[in-house]
Amino acid sequence: MAFENLSSRIESALKNLSGKGKVGENDLDVTLREIRLALLEADVNLKVARSFVNDVRTKALGAKVLNGLNPSEQVIKIVNDELTELMGEVAVPLNKSAKIPTVILMAGLQGAGKTTTVAKLANKFKKEENARPLLIAADVYRPAAIEQLQTLGNQLDIPVFEEGTNVDPRQIVKDGLAQAKKNNNDYVFIDTAGRLQIDEDLMKELKDIQDISKPDEVLLVVDAMTGQNATETAEGFNNALDVTGIVLTKLDGDTRGGAALSIRAVTGKPIKFVGEGEKVDNLDVFYPERMASRILGMGDVLTLIEKAQTDFDEKQAADQLEKLRLNTFDFNDFLDQLKQVQNMGPLEDMLKMLPGMANNPALANMSIDPKDFSHMEAIVQSMTNKERQDPELLVPARRRRIAAGSGRPVIEVNKLIKQFVQMRDMMHRFTNGKGLPSGMESMFGDVDTNEMSNMMGQMGMPSMGGGIGGKIADAAMKRAFKKIQKKKKKRK
Amino acid sequence: MGLFDSLKKRKHEDQTDADVEEIVETPKKEGLFSRVKKALDVDLGNEEDYQVEKPAEKSPVTYEKGLEQSRNNFSGQVNKLLANFRNVDESFFEDLEDTLISADVGFEMAMKISDELRDEARFQNIRSKQDAKNMILQKLVEVYEASGDDAEIEMHFAPSGTPSIFMFVGVNGVGKTTTIGKLAMRYKNEGKKVLLAAADTFRAGATQQLQEWADRDGVDIVTGKEKADPASVVFEAVKKAVEDDYDVLLVDTAGRLQNNQNLMKELEKMKNVIKREIPDAPNEVLLVLDSTTGQNAVNQAKLFKDSSDVTGIVLTKLDGTAKGGIVMAIREELNLPVKFVGLGEGVDDLQVFDSNEFVYGLFKDLIEA
Ligand SMILES: Nc1nc2c(ncn2[C@@H]2O[C@H](COP(=O)(O)OP(=O)(O)O)[C@@H](O)[C@H]2O)c(=O)[nH]1
Ligand SMILES: [Mg+2]
Repeated sequence: MAFENLSSRIESALKNLSGKGKVGENDLDVTLREIRLALLEADVNLKVARSFVNDVRTKALGAKVLNGLNPSEQVIKIVNDELTELMGEVAVPLNKSAKIPTVILMAGLQGAGKTTTVAKLANKFKKEENARPLLIAADVYRPAAIEQLQTLGNQLDIPVFEEGTNVDPRQIVKDGLAQAKKNNNDYVFIDTAGRLQIDEDLMKELKDIQDISKPDEVLLVVDAMTGQNATETAEGFNNALDVTGIVLTKLDGDTRGGAALSIRAVTGKPIKFVGEGEKVDNLDVFYPERMASRILGMGDVLTLIEKAQTDFDEKQAADQLEKLRLNTFDFNDFLDQLKQVQNMGPLEDMLKMLPGMANNPALANMSIDPKDFSHMEAIVQSMTNKERQDPELLVPARRRRIAAGSGRPVIEVNKLIKQFVQMRDMMHRFTNGKGLPSGMESMFGDVDTNEMSNMMGQMGMPSMGGGIGGKIADAAMKRAFKKIQKKKKKRK
Repeated sequence: MGLFDSLKKRKHEDQTDADVEEIVETPKKEGLFSRVKKALDVDLGNEEDYQVEKPAEKSPVTYEKGLEQSRNNFSGQVNKLLANFRNVDESFFEDLEDTLISADVGFEMAMKISDELRDEARFQNIRSKQDAKNMILQKLVEVYEASGDDAEIEMHFAPSGTPSIFMFVGVNGVGKTTTIGKLAMRYKNEGKKVLLAAADTFRAGATQQLQEWADRDGVDIVTGKEKADPASVVFEAVKKAVEDDYDVLLVDTAGRLQNNQNLMKELEKMKNVIKREIPDAPNEVLLVLDSTTGQNAVNQAKLFKDSSDVTGIVLTKLDGTAKGGIVMAIREELNLPVKFVGLGEGVDDLQVFDSNEFVYGLFKDLIEA
């Protein structure tokens, strides 16, 4: 990525808040400025970013967050809440007409992805509801636009109504609707030509088409990669038409998609669908929380932080990371971590907050026995202090003694020691390396859920859990890591 | 003459052209500085008179005025910023950062410019709006000039006897096919024998779209079957171009997102097919960028450059309201020259990129207002 992502920027912005017992308004403003820049970097529109930050500021001051505990986490939480609110709280379904057909009119700039979206939506309804959609080809301007829709219609076995390019689009729509009525089509999609919102003639044409077809949905299709211009486009279309929803396309790219936020903010209209690929089934219902997370560059890390903040001692975690870096991390630290994780509640619940894990069927069969924790604890407690600090000492005779002392089989003792060493080495590499999140990501890329949970359980390290998907790594580890770096700098 | 000077000069010429009634003393022997000063005095002299542009008063933009929008927005923003000018303090620079970012100049670029200005402000004695404005303008021009040279702005043609092969790449819907349609006409009008290769065999109707452009332009085209291997279409086209003595071969490719590695490899393969026939080809690989794209445009430029050695950029849809500032960021980060700009959907709506013109377009109102 060309840019450091938003979450790490916010992390760094919050550096000056966290660890401070008291946070002044000035500190908050410095942080908010960073957040604003971070949003801008994600292509959130300037005006939107500004008012967003103002809202956060008001909330933060109003809630007396600054005098409370863990101001930084609370600010993140406010940011996330606001973001989700701005995105819309819940997924909004498509408006359907009581009487068939439900008419859906597409609008947007050139090249936004209207035709592809028509095909995807029609196919979705055909598959899910056995619908009998009709597609009206009303783009008479772009060369071969009609052929594009026809080809898609053929592929999906969905009829396309067209009258060539010499008929006025208004007439085409009229005739198309008449045919839909005759043939009892239950959905009608009107594919229109891309146009600039400042093109008065073409906008008039679109308004007329809206008047003629009285659509149940007017979907504004917007490219997720759009920059600052998103608000102007959205406002232009929204003012001219009764836009009922937004479709965000090309989200399979590596954009952060801040445009989503801008569009939502200026139109107040819900984002209903997102396009995530060129294939006809690459269409998803829009989930606001996921988009908020994406713009922030994290999973549901915030909930996790929220949960953790009461039990999880940041300073301790930072110390532990420092030890990992220096390779002085020992079994005592390991034990501390185990305790911290235990305090955070059931591991399944934590895992579910990670991106993409919530609906993962593998999680259903997975449970982590709290007993495992106490067993590990017992094993470590049976070690002498020297052994805890230096695993090298743990020759077979000593391992047998520990097994006997803890009442656990030798195999389990061996396993724990092996995992401890592996983890320590791995973490040592991470904490000394660059590119932490991506490293973490590939690290866990091939690990299945069971193994991951296993590792998490065994390692018992909250920040390690974050490694899964690389997202919490951003939040927990990076922050801790940054602290270490800061300390290091100070020492120099 | 430096870019800054030539901008000044052009501005002056424009003004004398446009405002016959308001002819000020013709500053024939005046130096640049005094001219700048004069221009700024006129416009900024009276604080009450200075009006922030109201969105409602914006007149609709016509196609012929092409770049007007980007210019209005960009310079308008900076002017708005200056309208609130009190003194050069931290909040001034923060506003400047916002202003630059909102022109899609790119985050890092905006930071760079405002950081450099922060330093500069310490040495210069910035007291007034005029000073501030002059400083900003100079810096913008300077950064633009420093971040790339314009030597590569000309299209590279093959030595005569060999067809020049230009490949067009980019994400979906940016305007590759349309650009080829426009460019084919331009070259045909120059007396060149033009061939098109419809190597987007993926998107529904893509081949027909290019076919229609070929018909409109009256040029030849090589097409393949739907879902055919695009490299095979390219191969056929190169062969035909060589055998039948075409001057120019324009290769259309399917849109692809830069993070899709498989599709990026497909581009490489097409390129290799061309190379196998003509080692020095393709003569240009042009990345087509939609000017409405935000920060992601830099990602696009980077990844396409990595995988297919992009040699230049076509910036499309500048007839819209996009600010086009992203060109600054791309220039700075990748030193890729913009070769053409798209200013509409018609066959004539393609212009050779003129950096003076572009910078002038972006900053014109700064010089004036
Ligand atoms: N307004 C405007 N539209 C353009 C411009 N260039 C291309 N388009 C339109 O953008 C859409 C996508 O263009 P196309 O050439 O099919 O993009 P491709 O997928 O990259 O080949 C079409 O509707 C074009 O007419 C331009 O400079 N200005
Ligand atoms: Mg195309």
